[in-house]
Amino acid sequence: MPARRKSGRQTVTFSRPVAVVSAACCAGPLEGEGPLRGSFDIVYPDMLNGEKSWEVTERTMLKDAVLCALGKGNLSRDNIDYLLAGDLLNQCISASFAARDLSLPFLGLYGACSTMAESAGLGAMLIDGGFAQYNVAAVSSHYATSERQYRFPTEYGGQRPPYSQYTVTGAGALLLGHGPSFQGLLPRLTHFTAGQVIDLGQKDPFDMGSAMAPAAADTILRHFSDLSLPPDHYDLVLTGDLALVGHSIVEELLYEGNLVLKDRLQDCGLLVFDRTQQNVFAGGSGCGCSAVVLCGHIMELFKQAKLNRLLFVGTGALLSPTTFQQGESIPCVAHAIALELCDDRFVE
Amino acid sequence: MSKQSKAAQRQQKQQKDYQKLVARKRTKIPLFRNIVVAFLVGGFISVVGQALMFLFVHLGYPEEQAGDPTVATLILIASLLTGLGVWDVIGQFAGAGAGVPVTGFANSIVSSALEFKREGLVLGVGARMFQLAGPIIVYGAVTAFVVGVAHAVFR
Amino acid sequence: MIFVNAFVVGGLICVLGQLLMDLTPLTPAHVLTLLVVSGGVLSGLGLYGPLVEWAGAGAKVPITSFGHQLVQGTLAELAKSGPIGVLGGIFDLTSSGITAAIVFGFFAALIFNPKG
Repeated sequence: MPARRKSGRQTVTFSRPVAVVSAACCAGPLEGEGPLRGSFDIVYPDMLNGEKSWEVTERTMLKDAVLCALGKGNLSRDNIDYLLAGDLLNQCISASFAARDLSLPFLGLYGACSTMAESAGLGAMLIDGGFAQYNVAAVSSHYATSERQYRFPTEYGGQRPPYSQYTVTGAGALLLGHGPSFQGLLPRLTHFTAGQVIDLGQKDPFDMGSAMAPAAADTILRHFSDLSLPPDHYDLVLTGDLALVGHSIVEELLYEGNLVLKDRLQDCGLLVFDRTQQNVFAGGSGCGCSAVVLCGHIMELFKQAKLNRLLFVGTGALLSPTTFQQGESIPCVAHAIALELCDDRFVE
Repeated sequence: MSKQSKAAQRQQKQQKDYQKLVARKRTKIPLFRNIVVAFLVGGFISVVGQALMFLFVHLGYPEEQAGDPTVATLILIASLLTGLGVWDVIGQFAGAGAGVPVTGFANSIVSSALEFKREGLVLGVGARMFQLAGPIIVYGAVTAFVVGVAHAVFR
Repeated sequence: MIFVNAFVVGGLICVLGQLLMDLTPLTPAHVLTLLVVSGGVLSGLGLYGPLVEWAGAGAKVPITSFGHQLVQGTLAELAKSGPIGVLGGIFDLTSSGITAAIVFGFFAALIFNPKG
């Protein structure tokens, strides 16, 4: 028997759109100098912030984002049913250790850079399914922690190609909920499309965009077809971190799939940095990339009613240093959440 | 033709077609610029090395042995610049021009030692110092062994 | 003049490394390993020595020289002590380079911190 709230093959329609009660984000100094400065709740003065290691700094950012979101939403930790969180590090230590310090029931997730969309989608499903009332979905990433884990020591003099990306130092948290207290126009999650893992044989670990674009295209096309949507249904289709190369590729892949979005298609990796002024090559990447854009700038656009419907597509590359050394290609996944500025309502 | 191999063929074609799309869209590496810079920087470091060799001969070293303190000095310079956080900028700019001379060897060792300091002096600095430079020593030694054996056998 | 020779040869070896890094999927570690092995092989064939004579530091500074020194150390020990020399002399000539890298690396790690 097909699931009641399932639409098509991979999309879930929420019976009562789940409100984004509040959102908060923290970022590092480079992000704080970028085009989205002013949209971050906290900007750290440097990448270490006085902690004893970059790993500690990253989990502190995640914790700060969660606490800030709770404060803005006027809720305490006792109100929260689950913290769904993840990051890029081995064993998701940023999320786990932050969860320890926050003392919240914890569901750790790994979707690489797609975890923001994944955690928000799953968090909304738990709420709409009646398993929770308030959830926090949060992710983090940090330039130095991911460099030293995935690539080279940070002071190594290797030369990066111009199509490589720069991992964002940042964390974002969404506070999601249902309830009579959340009436009026709020951004609400209406749908969630979980992605399939797609691998078209890309092997270059410096070119994540090319590896992830097929997964992004697959999920976006699947979402539009599952819900039979016209191309102009969303004001914005925002991918997580495809950056310059991946963004150009996904545009063409969508065109081949008969979906022409033109200006409606944008990418967080291209929004968070000014590529012409900042030394970030093709653009931003990392869980934090999509998180800081969504939880700051985008939520601000919703607040000012400049955005009505958004499809947020987190994109993740599921490789590890081991798989790269063993000669494997890079499988990727993209998850999509649909947000609409609307009042509380029941669907069907 | 079995169903499985047809699917595999289709997948291979899809991957090949996608690779062509990627090659079209991917930002091109500035090859000419990289080669010119590598030549100039690599040449410059060699000239610095040559000047150091003359200096050490002047200080009393016999000519054949002046290479040792020269290499050690270049290693010291690269180690300091790595520690000061400057070498990664030089390396990004110069590519192989900074990485192929012994300065690159020094940077790979010092940057690894520095990076994993937070995992402790023994398990971090000690154990992971040769993470990037290890293959150079391993394959250099193996090559020397093989050449030595070849010489012993064919002489 | 030897300075010009040093500049040209040192520069060209770096160009070779840059071409390998930019045109092939080889990582820097692969390329440097290849260069060390090449230096060793050329040394074994008696070709690297004359290059050092002609180009001075231009042949001594690139990592290829490391391969050359490893081979020359082995051959010297071989000539001195017979077949067992194949194990005994490998690091003779490179001792100061390797030691310098280890010792300076260690102290740099004590004094400095990575900046990211």
